[in-house]
Amino acid sequence: MSEPRVGVYVCHCGHNIAGTVDVEHVAEWALNLPNVVVSRENKFMCASTGQEQVEQDIKEFDLTHVVVASCSPHMHEKTFRNACARAGLNPYMFEMANIREHASWVHANDKDGATNKAKALVSAAVSRVIFHEPLEPMQVSIRPETLVVGGGIAGIQAALEIADAGYHVYLVEREPSIGGHMAMFDKTFPTLDCSACILTPKMFDVGAHPNITLLTYSEVERVDGYVGNFTVRVRKKAGMVDQDLCTGCGSCWESCPIRIVDNVFEAGLGHRKAIYRPFPQAVPKYPVIDVPNCTYYKSGKCRMCEKVCPTNAIRFDMQDEVVELEVGNIILTTGFKLFDARRVPNYGYGRLENVFTSLEFERLTNAAGPTEGKIVLRDGETPPQSVAIIHCVGSRDRNYNTHCSAICCMSSLKFAHLVMEKTGAQVYNFYIDMRPLHKGYEEFYHRIMDEGAQFIRGKVSEITDAARSPEEDGKLVVVCEDTLIGQQRRVPVDMVILAAGLEPRADAQAVGYMFGVGCGDTGFFTERHPKLDPVATVTEGVFIAGACQGAKDIPDSVAQGAAAAARVLGTISKREVALEPIRATIDEERCSGCRICNNMCPYHAIDFIEEKGVSRVNPALCKGCGTCVAACPSQVITGAHFTFDQLMAEIDGILVDVLSDQPIVEAV
Amino acid sequence: MSNQKPKLALYWASSCGGCEIAVLGLHEKILNVAEAFDIVFWPCVMDFKYADVEAMEDGEIDVCLFNGAIRNDENAHMAHLLRQKSKVLVAFGACSYGGSMPGLANFADREAMFQWIYFDSPSTVNPDGVVPQKRSDVPEGELRLPGFWNTVKTLAQVVPVDYFLPGCPPEASSIEIAINAIVSGELPPPGSVIGPDVTVCDECSRKKSEKKIQRFYRPQEIFPDPDICLLEQGLFCAGIATRSGCGAKCPSVGFGCRGCYGPNEGVLDHGAKILTGIASVLDAMTAEEAEAILDTLPDPAGYLYRFHLPDSLLRRKARGNGQRQPVGETSQREPA
Repeated sequence: MSEPRVGVYVCHCGHNIAGTVDVEHVAEWALNLPNVVVSRENKFMCASTGQEQVEQDIKEFDLTHVVVASCSPHMHEKTFRNACARAGLNPYMFEMANIREHASWVHANDKDGATNKAKALVSAAVSRVIFHEPLEPMQVSIRPETLVVGGGIAGIQAALEIADAGYHVYLVEREPSIGGHMAMFDKTFPTLDCSACILTPKMFDVGAHPNITLLTYSEVERVDGYVGNFTVRVRKKAGMVDQDLCTGCGSCWESCPIRIVDNVFEAGLGHRKAIYRPFPQAVPKYPVIDVPNCTYYKSGKCRMCEKVCPTNAIRFDMQDEVVELEVGNIILTTGFKLFDARRVPNYGYGRLENVFTSLEFERLTNAAGPTEGKIVLRDGETPPQSVAIIHCVGSRDRNYNTHCSAICCMSSLKFAHLVMEKTGAQVYNFYIDMRPLHKGYEEFYHRIMDEGAQFIRGKVSEITDAARSPEEDGKLVVVCEDTLIGQQRRVPVDMVILAAGLEPRADAQAVGYMFGVGCGDTGFFTERHPKLDPVATVTEGVFIAGACQGAKDIPDSVAQGAAAAARVLGTISKREVALEPIRATIDEERCSGCRICNNMCPYHAIDFIEEKGVSRVNPALCKGCGTCVAACPSQVITGAHFTFDQLMAEIDGILVDVLSDQPIVEAV
Repeated sequence: MSNQKPKLALYWASSCGGCEIAVLGLHEKILNVAEAFDIVFWPCVMDFKYADVEAMEDGEIDVCLFNGAIRNDENAHMAHLLRQKSKVLVAFGACSYGGSMPGLANFADREAMFQWIYFDSPSTVNPDGVVPQKRSDVPEGELRLPGFWNTVKTLAQVVPVDYFLPGCPPEASSIEIAINAIVSGELPPPGSVIGPDVTVCDECSRKKSEKKIQRFYRPQEIFPDPDICLLEQGLFCAGIATRSGCGAKCPSVGFGCRGCYGPNEGVLDHGAKILTGIASVLDAMTAEEAEAILDTLPDPAGYLYRFHLPDSLLRRKARGNGQRQPVGETSQREPA
C-alpha cells in the first residue's frame, strides 16, 4: 500500500467545542502528526458544507483516511462515513475523535487542559485510522414470516398490523387464550369504555385472520439463526382437546366435577374447572385440561368430559407437540407481572382480608367476574361504605422498585370512579404524586375530584385492624402522614385497594437471553436507544413492544406494537438487510480448539466444528461485541474494525506528549 | 573461511542449568552438533575465560545460544559482549525469552530479597549482618561482585535478539528444529519465536467441551479423568494460552500446562491471556461468585506469570508506592 494520506477535520460545534477547546490550534497542531496531509477546522462539520469539504478533499488530496474530531460517534459517525462513501472512500476508513463529550463538555473550566486532551484524542484517532481496513456490509435476505411472542394487546396489535399488510404471522401465547391483562379489566381509563368490548373484536380478528397462525398454550423453547432467517422451536403443550373437532360448546366444563381456584384469570377470586377456557370470549374458544388437577390423571377414573363431549374431541393421550418455525423477524410482547403486594407486610395483603390488589378489584368490578360486577367485601355480600386506594404499591420505593409503574395513578382514579358509581362509598386516594400525563388524563383526574373522591398526599406507612378509638372498631385503619397539612392521619375504611406496580415477568432474564435481548437495571427488556429507537434491540431482527420494555398503559402498548410491526414491515419490504461488517472472525489455521470462546457469545454465534477441531463465528449472528476476541487465550479471534493493531495504535496515539508532539512511551 | 565450520557459543546467565542439560538431551544428536559446529564458548562443559570471548573479532561467533535471564551486571555484561561477537543471537529457553522463574523476583525488589535471604530466612544465621557488597577491601586487596539488579530483565530487554526458542527447558525436538534451521539457513524472519503458532490444546489429545469451572483443585487433590480437558476438571492449565511444540507433555500425564513455551504470536502479555481465558469460563453470575471461584486458585500471580513476568505489560511490582520512576533510573544497577 502506498503511504497513508490522512485528512483531519476539527469541528467547533458552534460554541460547544470552540468555547473551551482552541480549535484552530488543534487543527494546526494535527498537521504535524505523521501521515496527515490536510487539517482544517470548521464551524459545523455535520452541516452540508462540512461534509462537502471532506468529500472535496478526499478527491483533491487523494486522502486514504479521514478523521473528524467533533461529537460522539453515536451522533454523527454515520454522517461522516456516508460523506466518505460519496467521495469514493470506503466508509470504514474513517475515524471519529470525540472532543465534545470527552473534552469540551467535561472540562469547561480548563481551556488549556481541554485543548491538550483534544490533541491527544486527535492523535489517537490519526494513529488508529492508519490501520483501518475497508469493510463491506453483509447482505442477508429476509423471510417474510414474523413471530410475535405474547398475545396481550401489544402482541395482538403487532400481529394484526403485519397480517393486514399481507404477511404471515405466528403468534405464540403461553396461556390457553390470547388477551393478556387487558382481557381481565372491566373498564379502561380515561374514557371508561368496556375493556372487553374494545379488545374482543381484535382477539376475534387474530383468531380468524388467514395470515395469522395462532399458537396458544405454547412456549418458545429455542431460537437459532439471525435476522431474516430465524429458526424457532415452539412447544405446543398438550391441551387434551382436539381442536379440529371441538366446537367450544362448553358441555365438558359444565359437567366437570373439579372446581379449582383460578389464580391466573380471576386473580384468585373465582373458580374454574379442571377442563376450562379462561373466559367466555377466549380466543381460541377451545378448552384445555389442567392435567395436575384432573381426576383422570390422578386415578384413571371420571372421564366425565369425554362422556359428554358431543364431538368426541377429548384426547387424554395427547402429547406435547414441538413445531419449528422459520421466521425473518421476531417481536417480543411478553408483558409484565403485577407486583406481589404480600412483599409489603405493613399493608397487610393476605393477612387483612379486606385488603385487595388492583387486579382483584378489576375482577370484582367486572360484570363477567366472580361477583358479576358487584363491589363487595371478601365475605361476598357486604358493599363497602368507605374505600381507600393506595397508590405506588411496590413502585417508586427503593425497597421494591424504583421505577414509576405509569398506570397506577390512572387505574386508581378509575377504581375511585367505579366504587363511587356502584356503591356510593367514600373514596380516599393516598398518593405520593399524581402523574396523569397523557391525553385526557388530567381532565379525568379533575372529573374524579369533582365526583367527590378525597385525595391525601402521603405515603401510607401501615394498614392495620388494631383500633384505637370506637370509630376505628372493625375497620381497616390507613396510617399516613398527610404531607399537605403536615399531620399524621388515621383513616378508617371498610376496604383497601392496593394499586400494585408493574414488574418485569419473572422469567424475563431467561427469555431475553434466548432471544439475545438484555434486561436493564429494572429488569425490563432494553431497547436499542431509549429515545430514538425504542422498539428495536441490539439483536438485529428482534423487536420489543408493550410492557415487557417498561411499565406502560394500553395506548402506549398499542403504539409500540404498531411501531414494531412497522419496523418489521420495513425490513420485509426491503427483502434484504445490510448487516454491519464489524464482527469477529476466527483464524482457523491458528485456532487450537480449546473451546474457551464457545459459551461466551451472547448471540450464540460461535459453533465448534468437531471434524476440524476449531471454533467458527457465524457472521450473520455476530454483533461484533468483542467478548470472544477478548476471551480468546491464543489471540486468534479478530474483531473487524477493533483489531489488535488498531487498538494498540490508538493507545500509542493517545499517549502523545501534546506539548512536544512526541509519544511518551515507545510503541510496543 | 567457507570450508570452516560455523562457530557456536553457548552461555548461561541467570538460569538453573536445565537448558544446558536440555542440549545434552539431544543424546547422540549432540555429535551432529559437534560435527556441524565449532564450539568456541560453553562455560558449563568446557573451560573458557571471558577474556577468550573479549579477544574475538566482532561477529566472529556465528550462532550464540544464550540461556538465562538478566539479573545482575555480569549477566548484562556477557549479553552485550556476546551480542557484539555473534552474528545470530538466540534467546534460548524461557528465562532469556521471558524472564521465567528468576523473573518472579520482580514481585519483590533487591532490598526485600536481601532482607529475606541474609536475615529473615529460618535457615540463615548472620549475626554480623553481612550482605554482599559490590566492592570489599580485604588484606589481599579489593574484591568485586557483580551488581545485583532490582529488576530482572529478559535478554531482548538488554540487547537485540534474533530468535527466541521457548521452553523450560526447550524440548529436544524444538532444539533440533532450531539447529536444523540454523544449519540449513532456512530461518524465519529475525525476531521470530521458533515454534508452531498454535497452543498446547492443539497437541493435547484430551477431549474438550464447553467449559464451566466451578472451582480449582491442586494437582494432589484429585485424580483427573484421563480423557477430559484438565481445565474442565478444575485443574489449572495454561495450555489454552501457551505455544505448542512440547507435545503437550504435562497435560498428557495429568498435570496442567504451566506455560513454559510462552504466549502465541502477537500476544503482549502471557499472564493476562491465561487469565482472560480462565475468567471467561468461570461458572459465576456475580462478581462475588467469580471471586469465590478464583479464591480456590492459590498464588494466581505466580501461576499466571510463572514464565513471563519481566516481559509482561507491567514487568514488575510497582516500587515506591506505585510512583512512576523517572526513565533512565540508574539505582537498580547499583550494587547492594
